[in-house]
Parts: sequence; C-alpha cells; structure tokens
Amino acid sequence: MMKSKADEEDYWNSSKFKAFTFDDEDDEFSRLKESKRAVNSIRCLVEEDDDEEEVEKVSWSGEPVGSISWSVSETAASNQKTDREPAFPKINTDTVTISKSHSGYSLSSLFKGKTKGGNFQSFTDSLSDSSVRLYAPELRKPKSEYKDYVSDWSPEETVQRMQQGKVVSLEKFRSLQDKLLLLDYAVTAHDGNVITAVLIYLKRTLSKEVLFRELESRQTALRHLIHYLTETRDQRLLLELFRALGRMEDVALLQYKEHLSIADENKRRDFLKGCLSLPFSREDSSHVQDHYTLLERQVIIETTDRQAERGGKVEVFQKFPRKASILNMPLITTLYYCCFYHYNESEGTFSGPLNIRQTFKISEKQYFVTALAARAKLKSWSDVDALFTSRNWLGFTRKKSPLSFQRVVDILQKNSAPTQVLQDYVALVDDAELRISLAQKYKCHDIVINTYRDLKDRQQLIGYRGKVERGSTEEKKIEELLNNTQIRWKN
Amino acid sequence: MAAHLSYGRVNLNILREAARKDLREFLDKCAGSKAIVWDEYLTGPFGLIAQYSLLKEHEVEKMFTLKSGGLPAADVKNIIFFVRPRLELMDIIAENVFSEDKMHSPRDFHILFVPRRSMLCEQRLKEQGVLASFINIDEYILDLIPYDGDLLSMEYESAFRECYLENDQTSLYHTAKGLMTLQALYGTIPQIYGKGDCARHVANMMLRMKREFAGSQNQILPVFDTLLLLDRNVDLLTPLATQLTYEGLIDEIYGITNGYVKLPPEKFAQKKQGEASKDLPTESKKMQLNSAEELYAEIRDKNFNAVGSALSKKAKIISAAFEERHNAKTVGEIKQFVSQLPHMQAARSSLANHTSIAELVKDITTSEAFFDNLTVEQEFMTGVETDKVNTYIEDCIAQKDPLIKILRLVCMQSVCNNGLKQKVFDYYKREILQTYGYEHILTLNNLEKASLLKPQTGSRNNYPTIRKTLKLWMEDANEQNPNDISYVYSGYAPLSVRLTQVLARPGWRSIEEVLKMLPGPHFEERQQLPAGLHKKRQQGENRTTLVFFLGGVSYAEIAALRFLSQMEDSGMEYIIATTKLLNGTTWIKSLMDRPESQIP
Repeated sequence: MMKSKADEEDYWNSSKFKAFTFDDEDDEFSRLKESKRAVNSIRCLVEEDDDEEEVEKVSWSGEPVGSISWSVSETAASNQKTDREPAFPKINTDTVTISKSHSGYSLSSLFKGKTKGGNFQSFTDSLSDSSVRLYAPELRKPKSEYKDYVSDWSPEETVQRMQQGKVVSLEKFRSLQDKLLLLDYAVTAHDGNVITAVLIYLKRTLSKEVLFRELESRQTALRHLIHYLTETRDQRLLLELFRALGRMEDVALLQYKEHLSIADENKRRDFLKGCLSLPFSREDSSHVQDHYTLLERQVIIETTDRQAERGGKVEVFQKFPRKASILNMPLITTLYYCCFYHYNESEGTFSGPLNIRQTFKISEKQYFVTALAARAKLKSWSDVDALFTSRNWLGFTRKKSPLSFQRVVDILQKNSAPTQVLQDYVALVDDAELRISLAQKYKCHDIVINTYRDLKDRQQLIGYRGKVERGSTEEKKIEELLNNTQIRWKN
Repeated sequence: MAAHLSYGRVNLNILREAARKDLREFLDKCAGSKAIVWDEYLTGPFGLIAQYSLLKEHEVEKMFTLKSGGLPAADVKNIIFFVRPRLELMDIIAENVFSEDKMHSPRDFHILFVPRRSMLCEQRLKEQGVLASFINIDEYILDLIPYDGDLLSMEYESAFRECYLENDQTSLYHTAKGLMTLQALYGTIPQIYGKGDCARHVANMMLRMKREFAGSQNQILPVFDTLLLLDRNVDLLTPLATQLTYEGLIDEIYGITNGYVKLPPEKFAQKKQGEASKDLPTESKKMQLNSAEELYAEIRDKNFNAVGSALSKKAKIISAAFEERHNAKTVGEIKQFVSQLPHMQAARSSLANHTSIAELVKDITTSEAFFDNLTVEQEFMTGVETDKVNTYIEDCIAQKDPLIKILRLVCMQSVCNNGLKQKVFDYYKREILQTYGYEHILTLNNLEKASLLKPQTGSRNNYPTIRKTLKLWMEDANEQNPNDISYVYSGYAPLSVRLTQVLARPGWRSIEEVLKMLPGPHFEERQQLPAGLHKKRQQGENRTTLVFFLGGVSYAEIAALRFLSQMEDSGMEYIIATTKLLNGTTWIKSLMDRPESQIP
C-alpha cells in the first residue's frame, strides 16, 4: 500500500480497477438537480388537487393507512377510551367446529397428512376434516382419557401422529431400544418439532450418560438437543454435554459468555478470574487473561479516581469532569482515559499509560494515535511535540511518527489545534501536492508560499497572492519572492 | 392491492391469495368479535399478505402488540395471539392470560403460531399452567411470502446462523415444506439442481415428502422448469461487498425491512406555497418500495451511477405531459387531460421521492470514506495484497469506526485469500479485541465457525482460480448500459449468480473443477411428471428457473438475476426465493453474540 503517487495514478488509470467515481458528475448529477427542479415546478401546478390524489393514502410515518402495523398503533391508541361493558357469562365455544365448505385451496390444509388409510388427502377433502385441524379439544381432555389414545402405535405411526399434531403418549416406549427407535424415526421425518419432543422424553427418562453416549452417533438429534438446551437456558446440562463430547473449546466459550450477565464489577472480575483455567485455545486464553487483567485494573482506577474527583483537589478532574465510569470499557478507551488523566505517572503505577502499553502489548501505532488524541484534546501541545521528538546518535532532534503526518494533522485538527501548531506538522508532510492542499485547507500560508517557492512555480504563487489578506506579511513575502531575480522560475 | 405480484412470468398472487384465504378461515373459526395480540416481528411479514381491512371484515376490532403484564381492555369475545414459536413469547402470553383470569373475563383465548406449531412452546405453556385456557391452538404456515413479482422470502432472519453456526436445520425443513406448497400450487418442478450441504439436505427432504404423498398426483401443469438450490456458504464473498445498485445502496445505507425503508425526513418536507416553512418533521419518513411503483421498478436495479440520467429523463417526460394542458383547447381535450391527471400526479410524486432519495444516497457515495472503503473492497476482490495487514483497515480500527464495518472488511480479505495468514489473523484479532472489547472473542469465534474469518490452513489459496474461471472480475463493467451482471458491483460479478448463469448455459459440466473447490456437493435430481403434463414448449419460449438462496440473498444479486432474465438471448427467466433478504451488515450482525448491547 505504500505506493508513490505516480504509481497510484498508473494503478487507477490502467483501468484494471474500476473505482466507483462520479467523474462525469456534471452531466450526471446536475441532472438530478434538473429533475428536482422539474418536480418542484410541477408541484405548484397540481397542489390544489393534492387531496384528491388517487395514490394510496399514507400517514406521515409512511405506513399506508390501513396497513397492519399502522392499525396496531391506531387501535391501541383509541382503545383507552372504550369503556368495558359488564361481563357476559362465558359462552361455551368448546364445540367450535365450523367447517365451511370452500372452493379453492388453503395452505395449511395441503400437508396435514394422511388419514389412517394412508392416502394423502387432496386439499378439497381435508377441508371437511375438522378433527385434523382442531387440536385444542384433544389437548383439553383430562389425563385419564389419554389412555384411549395409548393404543398400539408403532414408533413410525407415533411419529406420524405427532407430525399431525395429534396427542400421543410416549410412555409406552420403555426399553432403551424402543426409545432409540422412536428417536431415529423422528429424525428421518426431519420435523424439528417432533425430534425435540422425543428428546424431551428421552432426557426425562434416560440417564445423562446413556443419553449423551447414544447421541454421539446421532448427530442430527444431538444438534437438536443442544439447540433445545440453549433455548431453555439449561446451562449446566449443556456444559456437561459438551464435556462428554470432548468439545472443550465450546465449554470454555459458553462459560466465558456468562460474564456478560454479571453486572457487579467485583463479581464479574472474580468470575473472569475463574475463567482463566478454562480450556480455551492458546490465543483465546491470552485474550481472556488480558480481559481479566484489564477489569482488575479498571476496578482499582475507578475507585481511586472517583475519590480524587470527589476530593476536589486534583486539577484535571475539576477542569475536565469524567463523563462516565471507566469500568468495562475496551482497552484502547482505557488507554485514552489514562493518557488523559494519568499521563505523567511513572511506569510503576497501574494507571500509567506506559505501563498499560507494556502490559497489554499495544502496538506502537495504536498507542501513538491514542496518546496524540488525548493530549491534543487537553491542548497540551508540549506533550504532543514530545511524542514526535527523537534524538539521533548525534544528539540532533527530529520529528518521527509511526503514522503519516497527514493523519497526525487530521487528528490534531479534529481536536481543534491552532494554526501555529498545525503548521509544524503540515510542514512535515512529504508529498508536496498533499502538503499544499492541507496547508491551504488549514490556512498555513507560510507553507504554501515556501512550497511554491521550492517548486519554482511562479504562476501558482501569483494566484495565491490573491487569496491572502491585503497588506499582510504573507502578501509582502510573496511580493519579495516574485521580485527576487535569483530564483529561476519554471513558468 | 397487490397487482404487481401478478405482472411477472409466474403469478405469485395465487400464493398470496391462498395465504389470505387461510387467514380468513382461521379468523372465522373464532366466531364473534376479536382482538389480535401481535408478536411485533410478525406485523411486517403479515403486511405483505393482508391489510387491516381484511382483518376488519372478519370482526377484528382491536390490535395490540404483545407486552408483558395485563392485556389492555377491549370489549371483544376472542383474544388471538399471533406469535412466532418462541419460548420467551410463551412466558409473556402466560402472564397475559393469568392477569386476565383474575378479572373473571369472558374472553376466549386462541393462539396462532407462525409459521408452525411448536411442541416446545406448548410444553412451556403447559408448565406455566395456561395451556388449558386456549380454545384453539393452530398454525399459520407462512413459509414463503410473496415479496414482489419475482421474489419470495421466508423472512427467516436467523436461518444462516442456525444452519451454518448452530447446525440446526429447522429452517431447511420449513424451506422444503415451503417448496412443497409452491409445487402444490404451481406444479411439480421436473429438474432440481443444487450446490452445498444445505441444498442437498433440502432436496432430500423434498423428494422424501413427495414419496410420502405418492398417493395423490399433482395435476397442475408445471410453471417452473428448474429449481436451483444454492447454499449461502458456497458464496460468502458477495454479501460482504457493498452493493452498488440503487436498491442495494438504499438497503446498505438505510436498511429495507419487509419492503419498507425509513428515511431522514428533511428532504421530504412538503412546503406549501405561501406557507412559512413549518417545523421540520422529526419522525422519519417511511416508504414502501416495490415494483408496483412504475418508476422504482425501472430504476431499482440500475447501477447508481446510471440513476441520475434515468431520473432526469423521466422528469422531462412528466414535464412535457403537464405542458400538454396548454394544447388542450376543446372540452374533450381538457377532459382527456384531466382524466390522466391522477396518473401523472402519482408519477410526479414518485419522481419527487426518488429524486430526494437519490440525493441522500449520493451524499454518501461521493464521500471520501465511501470511496476509500470501496477501493479496498475492490483490491481484495481482485486479489491485491490479501495476504498482508491492510493499512486502511488498521486506520479504521484506530479511528474506532463501527465494528461491523471492520468485520465486513476483514472477513472479505479472509474469504478472498482462502483464510488469513496466521500472523495477519492474530494481528487483526488483537487489534479488534483491544479496541472494541474482549467480549468480542465470542463474535470472532462465530465468524470462524461460519468460515468467514479464519486462519489459513495448509491448502493453497484457490480464490484466484475461481475468480478467473468464473470471470468474477470484469475490467470494463459498463454501468450505464450493462452487458454483464458485473455492473451491479461496478466490476465484481456475484459468484452465486455466475453459477446460475453457467448452469443455464453451457452447463455445470464445464466448471467441474471450480465446483469442487467450493464447499459442499453439487447434484442433479429429476422428479417424474404424470403423463400428459410434459410441457410442449413453443418455439422461442423462455424457460423458468426458481433460484433458492439458502441463508439469504442481497438486492444486488437479485438485480443481477433480473438482468439475466431481461437479456434477449438468455432464454431463461428467473424467480428468486430466499430465507431472508440481507446485506453485509445485517448478515454479520446476525452472527454476532448479543449484538444489540455491543455495537458501539
């Protein structure tokens, strides 16, 4: 990515890459304006007719009036006004089995399944078969009546009945072999609902060891059990299952995830400490270690700083009151905080930026950007300056940066650095063209003038004379340069 | 109301009508006045099927959203819960029912599960002791929802996560069921092609279900010639790229949900003449987007760079039409003009809206950030320096840009490099965790499981071979007058759509090598048609393929398929079905752990 400008130009012009540009902006998007104008001019013509528009009516929020989500809010809003009438005696609707004869077809009737004879009912037949579609009366039957249903359904028939939503009893599948047969039939039916129902039964009636062992060779059923345990938040059994399967990383991550639901910072820290011994992958375990170390420090820093702020004796907290607690913030945010409030602390303290940098092995670039932003925010320009200064072996100082100076200028400018500060860094931008455009943007006249001088570009310099203030030192400087006969202008 | 569904090659209104009929039937089953309590998530998908007026005709007097606590008062005989089969919703329902009983209410309760009953949920209701309070427990099979004239969606948001992360195939079962419904209405699909594990699985279930219903033969003349089942994980790259069609960009920037988009209101404020500009509305403007709107149908699939000229052309036509009034001299002519006015006004307001939207989009696409991001994406897609740490990504992390943006880019680099070098992988991981928080270990692990972000394993990087064989990068993509599908990403031709294109001609046999490099099996199955249902094709008649994206599809991919349908010599029309419409952002979000609390 470190290509020279010229390379980059070639790179784009070679047309190997098609950048998404608006090169022909003039004819492209001036047209947009054109259509806007046209629209506006038409608008006044037809304004008076607005109410009669045959366009779908739309409320301001854009829902067509009469759409469902619109109506939900409408009817809900109007609801408060309705007075409740005295209660009626309960009407018995247990026998709601109206089944009108219909022409055409309906979706749910299509696959409701077979009759006992095994023939698939075409949809016209099934419409008259209300028993298939009305489950509720069955569900409401008292338990004693279930016995009627415990007839001799084979595992296959049982699964079929379950698919049709009919009541079945699984209790008659007693032996392990029967239970597994039932499960296998459920799996071949691919109906997650039925598989889960069978699994619930197996979970209730088999020991964990046996269930886990048998599921190992039944991957589909296993996945459904995992899903079921996740849904019902049965954390303990899920962990046991993962352990039994030797999926140790899943065990670790699942347990680690729990920290998110612990609000108290001390408890959360202690929980994370407990996570350190979990069987994470090597990289993850170092990240979890860092997570714990970070929270541990945040707890200490938070306690100390809250006190310091309340005490009212530390200037920086008075001038820049903390906006939020530092607890549970990401590492880089914490570093920023420490660069802001604890910049000059020695390496020995928990809150010293250098200590944090070392402990967490923060990359040079990240550290630099963060420290720069924090010190610039405080307008501590000497600290900013010091960040860049390095001495070479001869003792000369020069400015070095792991970031491009363009980015540096960008960050400083975002933190509203004054022109005097900005120009020091604009001057360090290597590429002349970029330097000029930055300098013009931030009104660093000296740099613009000097760069044009170095480029021996008389025309540009004359042009720039018109942009600086009349009678200013800048104008004078340009005049002097233009009158200087020593310079060999290129134009 | 939904005329646009019947414009296409396949009349999807039949499906919608069948769904509506089903709804009416259920409502009639609960005799008397009713109130519906909505699982809020469902109102969007249901809006594509029915308006409030339909419900009202069947005595639905009140509608509420499902909330914990007591039910609002409403003088109705029936309370019907319309809910997805989710355990947490069952707990809320139980709460509702309990608070009701205390008041000795005469109201009857019903539950309608969408799209399917769940024993798990019924079990939970039983545990809570409320199961017996329900007169009716039924299911409303809403597997495939007609979304547009050529588009069906299950609106099943978590399908990709469930299939590829949790290995849960429930969504595939629903997919197979949905396809059976479709075949019941539109005839048996004689040819099935597929690529990917999930595709194989769905095809197996379909064939099995067909065997089970062997007693009844489907006597409908087949509308579809071919079904193509595609796993999303066969093409992980495409959704990560920024879509550059008009509709795609609207989705990328503002997000389209259930056919609606919410836009910042400023540009839409109507200023009446002589009226001092009123306070700007603060509520966002909601608009429906589908092909029922003539202008939108025309421009939705264009590359955004071609939208400006299309809009201005339209403006000229409309202006000219309005100018006609000066020529109208006789009463008859004036009458004629007036009769056209409503249509012209609709066109005018549509033009105004889309001009405003295009301006909003343009503000973004002309920004430096958008340009830089796109440049990096295109470098990755062409295979430039995908094995090094990318400075742009590094800078974005340092600036703490939204995490999802970072993840999209890093995943893209990983996919284009067949996994990142261990050192690069570790570096990104560390930077991301340090900047956005260590808890994202969970999200990064999810991405790894889904193969979106992974360290390189021994095998060599085969992305360049795939790119070259399938011509995924076209150097001279024409945005204004496209001649290839690559226009939808200004150069990148979506892999999924290339596979579809090659299947139609010259056939997959020509790319066996590449198919082997992509995950999962590829296969072909035939379904026997009853005698007499074999189509006698007219000379020059197009064939129809249903392309089903298992795990989601982007608007740009849809645009590319529509482009293929319109190509004169393609001889193929495409209907698109999917589990969910997605873009890179919504997709990555669906794979994150607890995203709502973690997105900065």
